[in-house]
Amino acid sequence: MNNEAIKDLLYRMADDALIIGHRNSEWTGIGPMLEEDLAFSSMSQDKIGHAQALYNILYTSFGEKNPDVLAFQREEKDFRSCQLVELPIGEYDFSLMRHFLFDHAEAIRYELLQASSFAPLAALAKKVRGEIRYHVMHADTFVKQLSAGTEEAKARMQSALNYAFPYALGIFEPSDYDAALIADGVFAGETKLQQLWLEKVTAIVTAAGLQMPAVDTTKAVYGGRKGYHSEHLKPLLAEMTEVTSIDPSAEW
Amino acid sequence: MYGNTSLTAEEAKVMNAAVEDPEKLAVFEARITRGEKIEPGDWMPEQYRKQLIRMIEQHAHSEIVGALPEGTWITRAPNFRRKLALIAKVQDEIGHGQLLYSAAETLGKTREQMLMDLLSGKSKYSNVFNYPAKTWADIAVIGFLVDGAAIVNQVINSKGSYGPYCRALERICYEESFHLKQGHDNFVYLATGTKVQREMLQEALNRWYRPLLHFFGPSDRDSQHSEKLMKWKVKLASNDDMRNQFLDQYVPKIYELGLTLPDPELRRGDDGIWVFGDPDWDEFKRVINGDGPCNAERLEVRRYAELAHRWVREALINPKERYVTPMA
Amino acid sequence: MSLDPRINRLDLKRVNDGEQTASHLVTWEVFHQEKRGKQPVHAGIVHASTPEQALMFAKEQFARRGKTANLWVVKTADVYTFNSEDEAIFETTPEKTFRDPAFYKVRERIEAFQAKNKL
Repeated sequence: MNNEAIKDLLYRMADDALIIGHRNSEWTGIGPMLEEDLAFSSMSQDKIGHAQALYNILYTSFGEKNPDVLAFQREEKDFRSCQLVELPIGEYDFSLMRHFLFDHAEAIRYELLQASSFAPLAALAKKVRGEIRYHVMHADTFVKQLSAGTEEAKARMQSALNYAFPYALGIFEPSDYDAALIADGVFAGETKLQQLWLEKVTAIVTAAGLQMPAVDTTKAVYGGRKGYHSEHLKPLLAEMTEVTSIDPSAEW
Repeated sequence: MYGNTSLTAEEAKVMNAAVEDPEKLAVFEARITRGEKIEPGDWMPEQYRKQLIRMIEQHAHSEIVGALPEGTWITRAPNFRRKLALIAKVQDEIGHGQLLYSAAETLGKTREQMLMDLLSGKSKYSNVFNYPAKTWADIAVIGFLVDGAAIVNQVINSKGSYGPYCRALERICYEESFHLKQGHDNFVYLATGTKVQREMLQEALNRWYRPLLHFFGPSDRDSQHSEKLMKWKVKLASNDDMRNQFLDQYVPKIYELGLTLPDPELRRGDDGIWVFGDPDWDEFKRVINGDGPCNAERLEVRRYAELAHRWVREALINPKERYVTPMA
Repeated sequence: MSLDPRINRLDLKRVNDGEQTASHLVTWEVFHQEKRGKQPVHAGIVHASTPEQALMFAKEQFARRGKTANLWVVKTADVYTFNSEDEAIFETTPEKTFRDPAFYKVRERIEAFQAKNKL
């Protein structure tokens, strides 16, 4: 098996999970209603847990640094997350739409990975399937209900979708390693994933009465997978590591 | 997390002067004397209902406002373990708010009305949350000591007479034991860590000492009593007793780590009663009346959380549905 | 400036003039089943607009720790109870000892019979 290809996939997934989990955790205590505050917070904890598990595979299977070092002590350019996840939480409509678009991609990715030839990833995919099932259920319920609610809510959902869509396409930024991953039976590849994702979200978005942006005329926001990020990631990392950097030798 | 409430002189007067149906009152009081709980559908004195709503509502506000000082460090927790623990902990506070608002709702006041009263300043929350969490060490002090103080109060209140409040508190106390443990863990890591960490912790401890003494409310000598509230098991222990219990439990846990408290007069008397220097009750009053370091910000943020998301609630409401008072 | 970087990123001023409204969602009574085979037990309430959403919320408020097999939600308006004045109807039930297994004690009688008949 091509170790570099697997490591790249693991970094992409782990960094995505860490950054979106970090972003969504910002809603804890200031969410739209108490029950939704709780739900959003739990999902952010799940994501951070997924990141930790993925970094741990890098640590145990490939001799990379331990999860805390990988998450808290890497440079911005080393992060392989897509730009969608690093955007600020904005208002709740954007955070919800990002959660919807991202989690559907993640749900399909993990579903495909349950059959991966790389055993640690297949095992993790099976382990987290219930958590991700809830995330998708939550996203679908909210997108559906808000789009069917007031005019304002529907308009907000639509504009959040239009704004997030090019970034969401960035999830599937083509990877130089895709061919190797497919050949080795590790993962079906980003092109396949995008295709499955698009079918799934289009069906839900359309049923909710929203207009799906056209994929052909949308310019996907790429770069994240190669370490090129928006202006938002660097400050996010600086904030995340503020305490550790007071005394990096200390145990916190 | 929660402190203790006190009556104003005027409130105590109204409370003690209220006249109730003597027959129903006798049945109600006999039930409480037998150690039975009062349930939502029962007859209850208007003053009982009013004081309970007030107390549970303030407790609920304290939970959701209490999420803010700790939330200050949610994006900066230093590793996976602390990050997950802090998010889960702050989330629990929101969950506690949800449970408590629900308990108060059974008495006939809607959650939205309670939140409106919080935003307008009509309804209070615990003073301790009007202080800032300046450094990461403040998170350790809050998680260990503010939660420790809250547990003293909540365990006592869980023996009260109102069923739904007791049920909520039982669940809350169970979750608070996780808060206390993770707070103590963080506290011990800092106390036993590098020089920088110890200094951070000592400074935070110095900052929180006074708000912690204020936490249980003014001294019994200076607070209004209501025999009725005691008899009806709405209030179960005096402010001084709870404060003393807290000092007795936690001061040794601070000293065993070689840390100090900024009060030369603090000592445990031979009678088991702690003596402490004047904690400046005028400051306590100033903060209660809105003039603390973070009062304005706390309310502004809660206002944002409510108002910026009004569109969400409005989109979800089904006008054909009828709201009824929940039962449990 | 807040000490909380999250708060500094919120557009707090945007809502300054707004007003909180008293509009509210309905409540749902939540029942929690810990394990298959066990009774679902009432756990509390959630505010939600549909059964699906009530379940979503119940999961995080009443099943975010420990074990859970399933959750039930019932709209509060659909739950009926006795009035508390009716509590007397249950009063004498514990006295109906002929329903209790402990009411039936024959050991002494057997022993007496055995002694008498030298069994």
